[in-house]
Amino acid sequence: MERQWVSGTPALWRKGEEAPFCPGCHDGTIGRLMMDAVDELGLRDRTVCISGVTCAGFISIGLELDSVICVAHGRAPDVATGLKRALFYKPVVFTIQGDGDTIAIGAGSLVNAAMRAENITVCMINNTVYGTTGGQMAPTTLTGQVTTTSPGGRERTMGLPAHVPEMLSTLDGVAYAARGAVNTPANYQKTKKFFKQALTRQMEGAGLTFVEFLSACPPNWKLNPLESNKRIEEEMIPNYPLGEFKA
Amino acid sequence: MTQRMLAQGNVAIGWGAVAAGCRHFFGYPITPQNEVTEWFAKELPQREGIFLQGQCETGSINMVMGAAAAGVRVMTSTSSPGWALMQETISHMVNAELPCVIALVQRGGPGQGTTQHAQMDYLSATRGGGNGGYKNIVLAPASVQENHDFIQLAFHLADKYRNPVVMLSDGLLGQLMEPLELRTLDLDPLPPKDWAVIGMGAHGESRRRAVACNTGLIFVERHASYLDFIEALDKKFKEMETEVRYESYRTEDARLVLVAYGYCARVSQEAVDWARDEGLAVGLLRPMTVWPFPYQAVAAAADRGAAFLVVEDSLGQMVDDVRLGAAGKTPVHLLNMLSRHMKSASGMILPDTVFQRIKDTIDQEEKSGTAVG
Repeated sequence: MERQWVSGTPALWRKGEEAPFCPGCHDGTIGRLMMDAVDELGLRDRTVCISGVTCAGFISIGLELDSVICVAHGRAPDVATGLKRALFYKPVVFTIQGDGDTIAIGAGSLVNAAMRAENITVCMINNTVYGTTGGQMAPTTLTGQVTTTSPGGRERTMGLPAHVPEMLSTLDGVAYAARGAVNTPANYQKTKKFFKQALTRQMEGAGLTFVEFLSACPPNWKLNPLESNKRIEEEMIPNYPLGEFKA
Repeated sequence: MTQRMLAQGNVAIGWGAVAAGCRHFFGYPITPQNEVTEWFAKELPQREGIFLQGQCETGSINMVMGAAAAGVRVMTSTSSPGWALMQETISHMVNAELPCVIALVQRGGPGQGTTQHAQMDYLSATRGGGNGGYKNIVLAPASVQENHDFIQLAFHLADKYRNPVVMLSDGLLGQLMEPLELRTLDLDPLPPKDWAVIGMGAHGESRRRAVACNTGLIFVERHASYLDFIEALDKKFKEMETEVRYESYRTEDARLVLVAYGYCARVSQEAVDWARDEGLAVGLLRPMTVWPFPYQAVAAAADRGAAFLVVEDSLGQMVDDVRLGAAGKTPVHLLNMLSRHMKSASGMILPDTVFQRIKDTIDQEEKSGTAVG
């Protein structure tokens, strides 16, 4: 297979703005994927990004896109709703949220935006931990996984891993729900297609579109970047299968 | 041509907002403000506006934040428990310097409290109810007409300072029906919203626009450091302090000055007239902004030797501000919700009660040797 280059500085990254990510974190790669997708669809001029309280929100620092940055924890779908409607549905609006932001504190906002068939795209970055705060348990933490707030491993009484695109695909207001990863060039390309499809369906006014991105958090996983890629392949993808759940 | 109608206080909020050019409303039903939400639901679609019922007050205020970021005039309306839910995002909007208007139609608390009138959210509204010790202007109407006019002023002040503005109404004012004159206030021109997040193609600038809540980890364009940002906010809050508005009624020679806002101001004004008929030197100071509070007006009356009687339908919240203004120079008395005419949620502070308290206070002051009355 021909080697593909997925790092580097994309055209949409703001000049002079550094990427504030830890070594081996996939959020920068996901940011590149998003920016390339927006540019490939020719949407730079009409796209607005809303980021939540999350490491993944740091992606929005560097986006050369009109943005609302770090809104209240979990509320990006509400802010996106207000902005999209205030501009009479003209812009393409997507959120960048972590797993805790999306489906712990923000579950109500997400599910209600979905029930309203809100024409926005919600992007959830799933790294199975709370990254910014130092590796606490997330709604996506795998059963048995050790975190600083599940020191003996996550048990049933602490909750079961959240499968968000699968859940959202049962709602009438959701037009598209997919899960991708960026741990290999092939997964990167497939996930970029998912994200482009989500934006395209949004422009068609089809309803809420959703993409989950599996991401790595080497410092909090206590793994190096290569081991982290391996964990995504061997532990995360079997629990969080990739693909389109509603298209 | 000026249009006149008989209107309910809650409905007057809608007419006032439309006169201010507001075409965006996000809200959630809660008694006793439901007529506000229902008015916008019916009227905004007829005016090419956007009405959306959120999933909760938290959702609504965040939708307001999104619309405010897009640069439109936007408002929400709520009552006390809903107001509590909105605090987090109001704090974020102060941080992000986004303007909006929130009509707070107060009801009794704490918790679910009652669905009927009260004035128990004064401190929460005037002290920056959310985290971080911020400031927001709070307007206090006392009539249906003022519900209409103050909403226009609220939008103006919100845009002027890029900060949320609260209109502190109450369940009684909301349900009250009075003549209303639909008029558009003549307010100073405002700078364009050249910061609004509308998509790069729409504003045509080569670099993106970003509205950001500084988190301490992220500083986006506006300020070099956290303290630079806090200093800038402080400067703005001090400018906002110049927006004091109040009304003095028969206070020139008053030895006892009543201080009241909202429905209690209406009640107190009537009691002042009765007292004056009996030759008592009594007046009313009515704050129209409760933040910034008219401390100077209180201080000036205290310097003249006037004592104060605060009338408010809570256990006593604004009384703290009057004490600050009086600075211990003269006595500050309180008539609070325990003096309602009935012990139920629908009990009210009535003019008779205030009138009697005026007479009692003057007697008491005379007996204690303070020169009052």
